[in-house]
Amino acid sequence: MSNPLADMAKPDVIFCIGTNMTECHPVAATGLKKAMARGAKLIVADPRRIKLAELADVYLPIRLGSDVALLLAMAHVIEREGLMDRAFIEQRTEGWEEFQRHLKGFTPRWAAAICEVPAEDIEQAALWYGGGKPSAIYYTLGITEHICGVDNVQSLCNLALMTGNLGVEGAGINPMRGQNNIQGCGDCGAETFVYPGSLPITDAAARDKFAQAYQRPDLDLGEAMTKVTAFLECGKSLHAMLIDGENTVVSDPDRIHCEHALRSLDHLVVIDLFLTETAKLAHLVLPATGWAETDGVVCNTERRVQRLRAAVAPPGVARPDWWIIAQIAQRLDIPGFDYSSAADVFNELCSLSPTYGGLDWERVSSESLSWPVPTKDHPGTPILHVGAFTNGRGKFQILGYRDPAEVIDERFPVWLTTGRRLQSYHTRTQTGRASGMDYLLSEESLEVNPDDLVHWGLRDGDWVSISSRRGSVQMKVRGTVRSPRGTVFTSFSFADVAVNNLTGSGYDPTTHTAELKVCAVRIEPVKT
Amino acid sequence: MTTKATERKQTMTLDGLEVPFSPGETLYEVARRHLAPVPTLCYDPRLEAFGACRLCIVEVQGMKAPVASCTTKALQGMVVSTATPSVEKFRKTLLELVVSENREVEVNPLRGFASQELSTLVNRYGARTGRFQGKHSGKSNKTDLNPFILRDYDLCISCYRCVRVCAEQEGDYAISVMNRGFSTQITTEFNADLRDSACTFCGQCVQTCPTGALADKKALRSADLPGEIEKTRTICPYCGVGCSVDIMTKGDRMVGVQPAMDGPANQGALCIKGQFAFDFVQHNDRLKTPLLRQSDGSFKEIGWEEALEFAAQGFRRSLEKHGRRSVYGIASGRAPHEAAYSMQKFVRAGFGTHYVDNCSRA
Repeated sequence: MSNPLADMAKPDVIFCIGTNMTECHPVAATGLKKAMARGAKLIVADPRRIKLAELADVYLPIRLGSDVALLLAMAHVIEREGLMDRAFIEQRTEGWEEFQRHLKGFTPRWAAAICEVPAEDIEQAALWYGGGKPSAIYYTLGITEHICGVDNVQSLCNLALMTGNLGVEGAGINPMRGQNNIQGCGDCGAETFVYPGSLPITDAAARDKFAQAYQRPDLDLGEAMTKVTAFLECGKSLHAMLIDGENTVVSDPDRIHCEHALRSLDHLVVIDLFLTETAKLAHLVLPATGWAETDGVVCNTERRVQRLRAAVAPPGVARPDWWIIAQIAQRLDIPGFDYSSAADVFNELCSLSPTYGGLDWERVSSESLSWPVPTKDHPGTPILHVGAFTNGRGKFQILGYRDPAEVIDERFPVWLTTGRRLQSYHTRTQTGRASGMDYLLSEESLEVNPDDLVHWGLRDGDWVSISSRRGSVQMKVRGTVRSPRGTVFTSFSFADVAVNNLTGSGYDPTTHTAELKVCAVRIEPVKT
Repeated sequence: MTTKATERKQTMTLDGLEVPFSPGETLYEVARRHLAPVPTLCYDPRLEAFGACRLCIVEVQGMKAPVASCTTKALQGMVVSTATPSVEKFRKTLLELVVSENREVEVNPLRGFASQELSTLVNRYGARTGRFQGKHSGKSNKTDLNPFILRDYDLCISCYRCVRVCAEQEGDYAISVMNRGFSTQITTEFNADLRDSACTFCGQCVQTCPTGALADKKALRSADLPGEIEKTRTICPYCGVGCSVDIMTKGDRMVGVQPAMDGPANQGALCIKGQFAFDFVQHNDRLKTPLLRQSDGSFKEIGWEEALEFAAQGFRRSLEKHGRRSVYGIASGRAPHEAAYSMQKFVRAGFGTHYVDNCSRA
């Protein structure tokens, strides 16, 4: 997030797109409700009539995967009406003239045909967003889990840049991160494109720095491999894998492919709390200490670095993840793994990461700061981009709309989108084992518009078979107006309903993020 | 923002001392800031002041009757006394009225974060119980079988904190007040079970209840477990908001979660997952030892030494046979920094590649 969570109560205009915040980030959503009680306007764009949609001043039930068209048309209206922040554009951006010319053709009428929402509503949303002082954007995986995920994010950036809604209290572009430490995972360099501190692996100086720190003179310069490619390479170029706490068999966009990939490895070691569907495929499973048992550090969606503290002893001989990895590394004679505590590991991260330079174990144990914290006396950075961008000027991106990887046709005439529910978390390794949760949500179901149920000759609770080009699953249907006609929804939380047999139609070419939000399916009744 | 009004410090007299205040502050806020122990039962600093319990009354020079300090704004030159004998006597009587209606005053602290507020005040004032015998308001709901929230309204004192936190903070408006006087009852639309209302089971009503009338059913399962409750401050294990929570333990048993009212990301708010979905931690399904897969597909329990040696050998074999580009590492978005950092270092330092990723792409 460019802005802190506390800012969520402050905008004049709130634009939520592709975020089911009341279910997935309920505590953050309380801030928005406070802003609205104060009189803020809420614009919601989401194919499903989620609770946020019910609260919205204007609700745009856009067709799956049509976000770029909507955002281009909103930019068109803002430009046409002269709602830009000309001083901001002048002083802090580049490429405005070209972008301005580019926008001319993308009228609300053009977008209305693609997004399947009224042009007037697009106009209204644009007028409000463009007129708000400040206006804030919130988004989640509804924006990124598309083949055009990068285009979606850049379209939002264009809107914020042209209206000067960056570096200002109560404004910003704010992705809501889905896991307690997914932000921290990236901060630590546990992703292929960056070192700790977001230093790119293509940067020669960064390579030299880590080659020296890790005593690895032959450290690659720039050669990346995402997890998506890795699963294609299993059994070909890749033969051994270490997985820490990811139930990828259930969360991966394409389950059949994922299982096949893991089975073709010579050596699969999984560190986890439970014998998950993924751990069952491993040659060796190692028991980790979990939440409430582990001292450590996490980073939240507003870049706030916070301390985790152990409260109870772990089961059996379970050990912290870092200890397990360090022990394996030591047995492979990899230098630099003689840590004796979590503090040792964290302090090493701080010594190598420019964004964590001012932090250490002691400081995060008594203070709670948002990075970057470059020096020991730095107070942290709740709002990014105040006064200037780190990389110079903000660049307008010229982009156009393209269809999802898969669109509906005669054989697969229904749109399927996936997501999460309030009462279950990811693959239910945790919430599925918490007592009482079943009282509220005991099984997965397919959410179908009641008119579609009638039209398809189905009744609430009937079993159906859902098929895509990749596979099929069976589940019960549930009639709800949250689903628009022609679009159905389910979560991926229940391992016994392998929704990821269906998904996996395509990936964003830049980030390799899977298009989990769009899939064309066919629905047929199952005789019981 | 600086304006002339805030630049000029305003002052009032609090219990004989001249104290500064900011325009807009209530007498209660000024008093608490200066550590005057003004009692209250209907106050939650996160909510609009309500003025229902009247315990926070103070005397203001020039005013005929005492005023509720939570709803009275401080003004320049005001002279306020927070604990005169008559005010204290009035408070004691009010507490006795409240206490006379309640089945019990001392409740298990596992019931909720604020559950000890009434008993603390009753003890502080030595407020006799049973002085005003007669009718009772609020009736416990014994039919709602939800596994999270006990609706023990016999202990309700109609402070409306639950109703207000649900409306003002959560924006859910799941519960409301039915009837008035002795028939007052907190309930849902159509008097339904919470499951059939707009309730999201965030537990905020439980945590703000000052008498334990609303209580954490999951924590109460450990009511008979011996030992004191200890609290450990940490961060919720679920989404990326990063709410601060206190883990409650008795001995080495985790018994529940309470929100941290000063948590920077949540200011005391939680959702159903952070509040109630904690018992995966000491679940029977947890892995307790390393497991080695056998040729028949079953897993055999082994010790760490054998396990770590097996793990290392497999990576070494891959390295020797297929080269350094044959090993891949996947980090977890749910494990702490130390896990993620170690994983990327394992790959970069061990194999010189960037063949490491996490679960954020799917």
